[in-house]
Amino acid sequence: MFEQIIYAFFTVIIGVGGCFGYFYGSNWLLDRVFPANANNDASAVRNLKIQSTIRPWLFLGPALLLLSVYLIFPVIQTFWLSFHDRAGDKFVGMANYVWAFNDDQFRLSIFNNILWLAVVPALCTLMGLIIAVLTDRLWWGNLAKSLIFMPLAISFVGASVIWKFVYDYRGEGQDQIGIINAIVTYFGGSPQVWIALPFWNNFFLMAILVWIQTGFATVILAAALRGIPEDTLEAATIDGAGPFKIFFRIMVPQIYGTILVVWTTITVLVLKIFDIVLTMTNSQWDTSVLANLMFDWMFRGGGDFGRGAAIAIVIMVAVLPIMIWNIRQANKEQGGH
Amino acid sequence: MADIKLTNLNKSYGTVHILKDVNLDIKSGEFIVFVGPSGCGKSTLLRSISGLDQVSSGTLEIDNAVVNEVPPSKRGIAMVFQSYALYPHMSVFENIGFALENQGLSRAEIKTKVEAVGEMLQLTSYLTRLPKALSGGQRQRVAIGRAIVRGAKVFLFDEPLSNLDAALRVQMRMEIAKLKRDLPKTTMVYVTHDQVEAMTMADRIVVLQAGRVMQVGTPMELYENPNSVFVAGFIGSPKMNFITGAPAEKLNAKTIGVRPEHFEFSDSKTDIAGTLDYTEILGSDSFLYVTTPTGMLTVRQPGRTEFKTGQKLNLKPIAQHVHRFGEDDMRLAK
Amino acid sequence: MLKRLQLEPSRILLNLAVIFIIALWTFPTAGLLISSLRDKNDIAASGWWTALSSADRKQVGRMKGSADQVEKDGKFVISGNLFEGADANSGKVSAFGTKVQTPGANAVGSTVALDAGQSLTVNVDGSYVLTSPTKFADERGSRVFFVSSQPPRFTLDNYQNVLFSEGIGRSFINSLTVTIPATIIPILIAAFAAYALAWMKLPFRGFLIAIIVGLLVVPLQMSLIPLLKLYNAAGTFLGVPSKTYLGIWLAHTGFGLPFAIYLLRSYIAGLPKDLIESAQIDGANDFKIFRRIVLPLCFPALASFAIFQFLWVWNDLLVAIVFLGSGPDQLVLTGKLNALLGSRGGNWEILTASAFVTIIVPLTVFFSLQRYFVRGLLAGSVKGG
Repeated sequence: MFEQIIYAFFTVIIGVGGCFGYFYGSNWLLDRVFPANANNDASAVRNLKIQSTIRPWLFLGPALLLLSVYLIFPVIQTFWLSFHDRAGDKFVGMANYVWAFNDDQFRLSIFNNILWLAVVPALCTLMGLIIAVLTDRLWWGNLAKSLIFMPLAISFVGASVIWKFVYDYRGEGQDQIGIINAIVTYFGGSPQVWIALPFWNNFFLMAILVWIQTGFATVILAAALRGIPEDTLEAATIDGAGPFKIFFRIMVPQIYGTILVVWTTITVLVLKIFDIVLTMTNSQWDTSVLANLMFDWMFRGGGDFGRGAAIAIVIMVAVLPIMIWNIRQANKEQGGH
Repeated sequence: MADIKLTNLNKSYGTVHILKDVNLDIKSGEFIVFVGPSGCGKSTLLRSISGLDQVSSGTLEIDNAVVNEVPPSKRGIAMVFQSYALYPHMSVFENIGFALENQGLSRAEIKTKVEAVGEMLQLTSYLTRLPKALSGGQRQRVAIGRAIVRGAKVFLFDEPLSNLDAALRVQMRMEIAKLKRDLPKTTMVYVTHDQVEAMTMADRIVVLQAGRVMQVGTPMELYENPNSVFVAGFIGSPKMNFITGAPAEKLNAKTIGVRPEHFEFSDSKTDIAGTLDYTEILGSDSFLYVTTPTGMLTVRQPGRTEFKTGQKLNLKPIAQHVHRFGEDDMRLAK
Repeated sequence: MLKRLQLEPSRILLNLAVIFIIALWTFPTAGLLISSLRDKNDIAASGWWTALSSADRKQVGRMKGSADQVEKDGKFVISGNLFEGADANSGKVSAFGTKVQTPGANAVGSTVALDAGQSLTVNVDGSYVLTSPTKFADERGSRVFFVSSQPPRFTLDNYQNVLFSEGIGRSFINSLTVTIPATIIPILIAAFAAYALAWMKLPFRGFLIAIIVGLLVVPLQMSLIPLLKLYNAAGTFLGVPSKTYLGIWLAHTGFGLPFAIYLLRSYIAGLPKDLIESAQIDGANDFKIFRRIVLPLCFPALASFAIFQFLWVWNDLLVAIVFLGSGPDQLVLTGKLNALLGSRGGNWEILTASAFVTIIVPLTVFFSLQRYFVRGLLAGSVKGG
């Protein structure tokens, strides 16, 4: 353990030091090769211009390199792999995709993903909005919000342990230690293995994600609500509008953009959901989702890269509309000069 | 000290043509003020001279060198921004010394120069403070200090007094005037929308409208001989009275302009007849607002006025102070 | 907000509603924490919600026999403690009786008259006094049936066990080793890139920014297979193992860059233009401006991203499994926890304590630096209608 710490310490120093070294070093070099500070004569002027053409790339270089290696090329390569066989050697055309759409597990996963997509973002956004509204004027509102928000800091695995405990099942007649079953038996029902119930178990898994992500929605929507100008609400009140009318006709439209951002962000997250299903059920009892399916095909049974890649592409395609929308939004608003 | 020469300068942002064929000769050591309404291009012109914006066409010369392609830090200019742009996390000393750091001076040299400037601007006791602990006037002095310490040949001011309240503004005007006196060899280009600042501080004024230079001259030249309705109406407060219709036709002009202090009261019915609508008594002057058939006129009377609201008056413009303008709103020969 | 809606339900109702929601949200975590502190037999026996209150138990104790009697004030007295010899946390007596069917017949502290003129007093702490006018004959003491209430029993044994015997401690170090560099390096690289994209003259700047925004939503899954292949190839080529810490640091940096650049860029672009321009006129080149002016001023954004990244990396499971592996020197906390769920699924005392060790670090980071975390979330998210 001790030597591990030493090793880590030195690697950190080297890694971080290397970074600093690159940035300082390359800029220093640039200033040396094209000196521009001393005076205002023609060569200094020319050098300054050369500097300002080269320097941006020094700044951006490492980022571009890493992004290309870790995100851009992999995306392209995954796309390419999806048209090849399990080891990535032989071109097989659409075979992987054909297989996928005919495969039961795949269809099940798509179905489950759609289920997740329909329920979780909407529920999180709705609850987030309600809690944001309720806590807005409480003196202890900030504390309340941070408690709702806290699950976000917990890993998905940790959350799974917590909720597995909640859903725990003991046989009929025994004392239940999972709180859900305890409540059920208290009211006379019989305990269930919640995570194994066909179809409904998905919802019990979803509850975990809702538990985690509602905090995200709450914080953002609360900030958006704060940003609504008082005047618009006061004017509406004077105009005789009742509370629900004000909420739906004045408040919600003004934060509509934010609601959309929250909803789409959670949607993207849901599409990538992996940890929860892995730790709670490991895709058993028909809970499989696309990310887990892909993981399985990647590693189990020696790995089939072609099929795994095809599944990844399917996930990507689902995310595409949101990506395009985000890019459009970003293009509309750009600061700097 | 440096001359600034603009020849056929044009500046566009994309398809929007902001500055149109600007020609200017600014003499070394002059205090020249660019003035005009919002959107007239005065700030753009200033930024073009500074190099923060690139000129689209035409030539810009500073100290007889063409500087179109030269970056701002190499033009020998210093700029005081409207917001002062003080680095919030640096002390006054560091703010003023920053430029010297970039020039590669030693710490001792920097210390000497900064302290000298600090003394000149009475900032010595504030040198260790952060900008947020300074008042508006002090911040402005730091901004000016930054400009002075570099020994720049040209100072550029971008509406530095706009953020101050009225009383402070008067005081700061005096300080800038003092600066002008203390640095007689430095060319100073000052941008403002406030014509009072222009009139009180400038050696010469450049009036801009919609990207064009309307008139260049000393304050009194512009006051007494405006070349257009626009300039005539822009310079002078309260605004010059413009009269169209019968009184103008009588003098063979489309519009005549008469400043509030250039009216006489008469009994003659051939002069402009009107009713006193409203009076503003300032103590030193009284301003009478008189409704006439061709519009409302402002008349200035020194001290108190004995006229009462509702009273009928006849106004006669003093002949040699009448400005005549033709169809194109430009001045007609006298 | 409700006031603005002209709704004034009683404040009590509002507070109650929110309290209910908060309770709903925190009870799962509370359950975990409380369970992790209980004795392992207790966890398996009863729900954690019972642990907070005292549990009643029926017990029986035998009083001392005739050999221990003493004479006092003309009477013969046997005294002792019903809890003697019993286990340490015995609790308090709440009622007692002489018959097995009625252990709760008499209130504690009272004196009960028995046959043959004897009287018995049992106190809360279990001490009893048996008085008789005549000498006690029985060598064997009689039995007393009583009800005792046990206080909640808590223990740190589970944590001790888990940290040292189950390898959680090791995994904790592994997680730290992964997370700290994977937080620092991205900040550095992203800050420079963000400044370049915000304030420097770059060809295709808009295009580059669009790419970064697009990359924000690319699922990790898209990168895993090719990267795995790449790492394997690099490993073979260079003769080093393909799963190293350096590998996972770079991977996390790469995955975290889009968000980092996005967050930092919008913050840096929002800095006052005059400041940058003034520095340019003052002769500073971009590197100087970045170091001396922009970096100090964008500290809040740096902090926000740092926390975000820290939490994300610390809580990550997928990247760790794929790029680092499962040996004891590599397995991070999340992976360890996942493994435990499989191998020790029924041992809740281990699972709960392990889980809590996993989440204590992010929770601490979160609560102490919440402000920055929230700010990071809000970056670019709040928009009008």
